Amino acid sequence: MITLLSTWTFGVALGFVALGVFVSYKLFSFPDITTDGSFTLGAVVATVLLVSGVDPALATLAGMAAGATAGACTGMLHAILGIEPLLSGILMMTALASVNLVVLGRSNVPLSGVTTLLDKAEVVLLPLATLLGFTDAAAEEAARLGFMLLAASVAVLLLYLFFRTRLGTAMRAGGDTPTMARALGRNTGGLTVAGLAIANSLTALSGAVVAQYQGFADVQMGVGMVVWGMASVFLGAALVGQVRLGGALLATLAGSVTFRLLVAAALRAGLDPDWLKFTTALVVLTALVAPRMLVRKQQASAAR
Amino acid sequence: MLELNAATVAFSTTGGPIVRAVDGVTLTVPAGQFVVVIGTNGSGKSTLLGSIAGTVRLDSGSIHLADHDITRWREDQRARLIGRVFQDPRAGTAASLTVLENIAVAACRGRRAGLSWATSRSLRAAAAERLGSIVPGLETRLDQPIGSLSGGQRQIVTLVMATWHKPDLLLLDEHTAALDPAAADRVVQATARLVREHHLTALMVTHSLAQAATLGDRLLLIHRGRIVLDAHGAAKRRLSADDLAYRFDRLRSADQLDESAARALTVLYV
Repeated sequence: MITLLSTWTFGVALGFVALGVFVSYKLFSFPDITTDGSFTLGAVVATVLLVSGVDPALATLAGMAAGATAGACTGMLHAILGIEPLLSGILMMTALASVNLVVLGRSNVPLSGVTTLLDKAEVVLLPLATLLGFTDAAAEEAARLGFMLLAASVAVLLLYLFFRTRLGTAMRAGGDTPTMARALGRNTGGLTVAGLAIANSLTALSGAVVAQYQGFADVQMGVGMVVWGMASVFLGAALVGQVRLGGALLATLAGSVTFRLLVAAALRAGLDPDWLKFTTALVVLTALVAPRMLVRKQQASAAR
Repeated sequence: MLELNAATVAFSTTGGPIVRAVDGVTLTVPAGQFVVVIGTNGSGKSTLLGSIAGTVRLDSGSIHLADHDITRWREDQRARLIGRVFQDPRAGTAASLTVLENIAVAACRGRRAGLSWATSRSLRAAAAERLGSIVPGLETRLDQPIGSLSGGQRQIVTLVMATWHKPDLLLLDEHTAALDPAAADRVVQATARLVREHHLTALMVTHSLAQAATLGDRLLLIHRGRIVLDAHGAAKRRLSADDLAYRFDRLRSADQLDESAARALTVLYV
């Protein structure tokens, strides 16, 4: 039971990465490798602040802000200096590897004896979990999951509302068809910078809550995150098919949880954890290639 | 009013000579005039349009529009004054957004985007009215992704978007070239109607000599970056598509003469 609950909690926590990748990759067609670095950045900034006694909510927000800054930097490399998306992200990710190490001081810092955001939420939500019939450790885990679901719902709602404002709609237009957005007076470079800032603040938020959930920050914890996010986005889209913005955001979150559950099932069935990232990459590869193969097959049968 | 003063755009071909795609063009388009621009392939007509829209930088000369010197303005800044329709219907509309959301972006042209809602009941009503008056039935598709519309329908929506707030200049860059004849015809009629109804100042590049002969108040024929024919009023009305075709042929054969002369020179000097 606890294992299942914690798989869910982890899936929702990583769902913020998926939402971030949804913004950068789906809305802006920007394969943003910064994600790997900004996930860790969010974790290390929050951890260092928590260890030095800063309020958990403030520490988490600071992690988000750091991620937003990193995303904005990647955006500027692309929009102002004209460096292509992939390379902008690679440069930023590489630079962040040093930043993360310097901020954290060493490669791994535990959060033992520190009150985290999840500890605080647990206290508040525990009565509710008990009310729902959970007991002991399961109740604590359910409370943490409840908090994570609440936070993710708020994030989805805020994103949904934002992307329906004039600015948000202009951002979607700029990500979809830059020529159109420029012809209608939008500075597409500025929109990309803002979009990547939003995307990486979500990724950093994920890093910050994951660090607090697992009880430590590690400079390696962000490796492969962008591919994880893509896998979740693709899986979510496969679950629900063609939907509007709100549906797509929820599907992305669902994709992250589903993918985490699938991974847990695979591990239980005997998948060597060393092959985990390989498998994730394989899933993304399949998701990228399969639609094209299907189209080709349809065209072939149509030609016949 | 649009004023070009000795506008020049030069491209340096690798290892070759510098080509002036726009070669010292001076042009005044009074407010309310509908100008049709034609020219052979590579004549520089698209570069001329791009230099006005802001996608191409002038190497020398200046551009004034509605009492602003826009020579150094960025493309998105010029959009405050200019509405545009592209050749490719996909370039002028965002496929994943609904028809209404596309129009919402257009309704913010030249304004701060801000955090108010993009679509409102009043915008929906206005959009339904404007679209429905041009293509009956289109107003029922406001909530569909614009990518689900046909190319011709998308161009008409783009036209409505470009003229949502009256632009000081409407730029049409071969906006019917990618369409089938029937759809092109409908788009041309919608264009003529919108230009007339809103008294727009418009510059339309076209590859269709028939359109050039029948549409607009003034005709420009561009060749090698220069205006070689500028006809308005009665002179414009007298020009038929056949006249234009004849002039085109003459320009093309003059080009060939030049080329063979150049080749002969190369042979002499090598």
